[in-house]
Amino acid sequence: MVSLVAFSVFRGSIEIFSYEGVIGFLTGTDWNAVEGRESFGALPYIVGTLASSAIAMVIGVPISLGIATFVSEMSPPRFAAPISFVIELLAAVPSIIYGLWALFVFRFWIRDLIEMPLYNAFHGSIPIFAKYPFGLDLFTAGIVLAIMIIPIISSICREVMRVVPNSQREAAYSLGATRWEAVRIAVFPYAKAGILGAAILGLGRAVGETILVTMIIGNVIGIAAIPTTLFSQSQTLSSLIANEFNEASSDLHLSALIGLGTVLVGDKKK
Amino acid sequence: MNNAERKDYRLLLHEHMKKKYRKRIIIDRLATIFAIVCVVAAIIPLGSILLEVVKNGATALSLEFLVSPQGSIGSGKGGIGPAIQGTIIVVGLASLIATPVGVLAGIYLSEFAGNGIFPSAVRFLNSVLTGLPSIVIGIVGYVTIVLVLGSFSVWAGALSLSIIMIPIVVIVTEETLRIVPHSLREAGYALGISKAKITLNIVLMTAKSGVLTGIGLGIARIAGETAPLIMTILGTSLFFSSLEGPVDALPLRIWRLASQPYESAHSFGWGAALVLILMVLGMNVALRLLAHKKGFTVRAEV
Repeated sequence: MVSLVAFSVFRGSIEIFSYEGVIGFLTGTDWNAVEGRESFGALPYIVGTLASSAIAMVIGVPISLGIATFVSEMSPPRFAAPISFVIELLAAVPSIIYGLWALFVFRFWIRDLIEMPLYNAFHGSIPIFAKYPFGLDLFTAGIVLAIMIIPIISSICREVMRVVPNSQREAAYSLGATRWEAVRIAVFPYAKAGILGAAILGLGRAVGETILVTMIIGNVIGIAAIPTTLFSQSQTLSSLIANEFNEASSDLHLSALIGLGTVLVGDKKK
Repeated sequence: MNNAERKDYRLLLHEHMKKKYRKRIIIDRLATIFAIVCVVAAIIPLGSILLEVVKNGATALSLEFLVSPQGSIGSGKGGIGPAIQGTIIVVGLASLIATPVGVLAGIYLSEFAGNGIFPSAVRFLNSVLTGLPSIVIGIVGYVTIVLVLGSFSVWAGALSLSIIMIPIVVIVTEETLRIVPHSLREAGYALGISKAKITLNIVLMTAKSGVLTGIGLGIARIAGETAPLIMTILGTSLFFSSLEGPVDALPLRIWRLASQPYESAHSFGWGAALVLILMVLGMNVALRLLAHKKGFTVRAEV
């Protein structure tokens, strides 16, 4: 089955790679589908994908760890089960619904509560806040991606922390540790590998997420998609595929989009 | 060293520990507060999503909305009938493909395979498959079926969705079969029953609820997928005509509606989102509660 995936993605993209060359496709910044002037470069979307996922990870991982710690170590058992149930529900909400909510509700929260104050506070003196915020941008996309991956990461972290043997915790307590110290010196080191695995799984989800990002990242193409500020519109590999797939008229254009898919798979393997 | 001096040292040490201890307690409290804030921060979006979907979706709901095809763009008439029908057809077909393949693969991995090179490779590739972005799986459906048959079709959509669902079913089946106690299998062997019969009648029956839960979770997952459908079933505003033609689906319809500039379209989008979320979350809640209940009864019996 995996070989089927590899085969079809490869076969579909061979045309664009022979047209632009592998290096040319990976580092080009133009994106022009007009017949006779075709030019396809994937670099801006690679950057957009990595940037939005990075924001999602920076926000999502600490919060997930906090949730997992609370549920498995701190909360009274009465609360632990309902909280993890609710978090698992959050994982089951389809991404299209996150997208709809982000597009019509959340984007205004972000714009009015976070982006505008930041913009006004610095008046463009700090480069990453120097664009007039609009709500549909890299920052919003990153945050919504974080919301989407939190349930996944936190429920795996919780499982991992639950299998840490109690003797570890008891050893820490017997040395006089407070509860947080017990978590820090006994639970985290023991669960480190599992937590890392959970984070990587979350990253994979964030990188591949399509529909949600398409709805809120602003969808610009070409060199403009390389974000210069946190509040820039951008584009990711998968959102570009989703946007242009139905309109792709020429075989070359289609092949370029499928080539983006190949890059996406390659990205994730790394 | 006389007695007074020793007392002095003990006092100093005591003071020192006390000061340190206060700091440690404060850090401990801060960590607890941080953890609670994290939980609240994660629950706010869920609350907001459910609230908005119900608030905005409820006004759009009516019998007409659920059964009739879409009216002309921007008119605010009609409904999402074709989308609901399409989702049921495509998801049903996909689970018909994925269930036997997934369950049989799971049985193979847990009962027959052992730990050789081939089974490990299958397990590894299976977990790779769960990690593939769904849009890439859409490309697979497009290249293997749409390009070959020359038309967007239900088959392509069902195949793509089944590729997403199979690894989930495989993993859950294997995991549940593994926790079936060995004594049950041995009891079967002691009666001289063949391995195939033991697997089907004893092991699979014991693990039934777990396997069904896995299938259900897989169905709930693919019902909400949008990206692969864009490039396989395309979406249409008409009712289902044939398995070789394009068809509509709920997530796809929501996406299209949300990108139209009309208020009425947005309200339809919320309505469709409400239907989708009821389907998916309803299934999830029911299955998880069931599994929870079953899990406890099983443990009590064993």
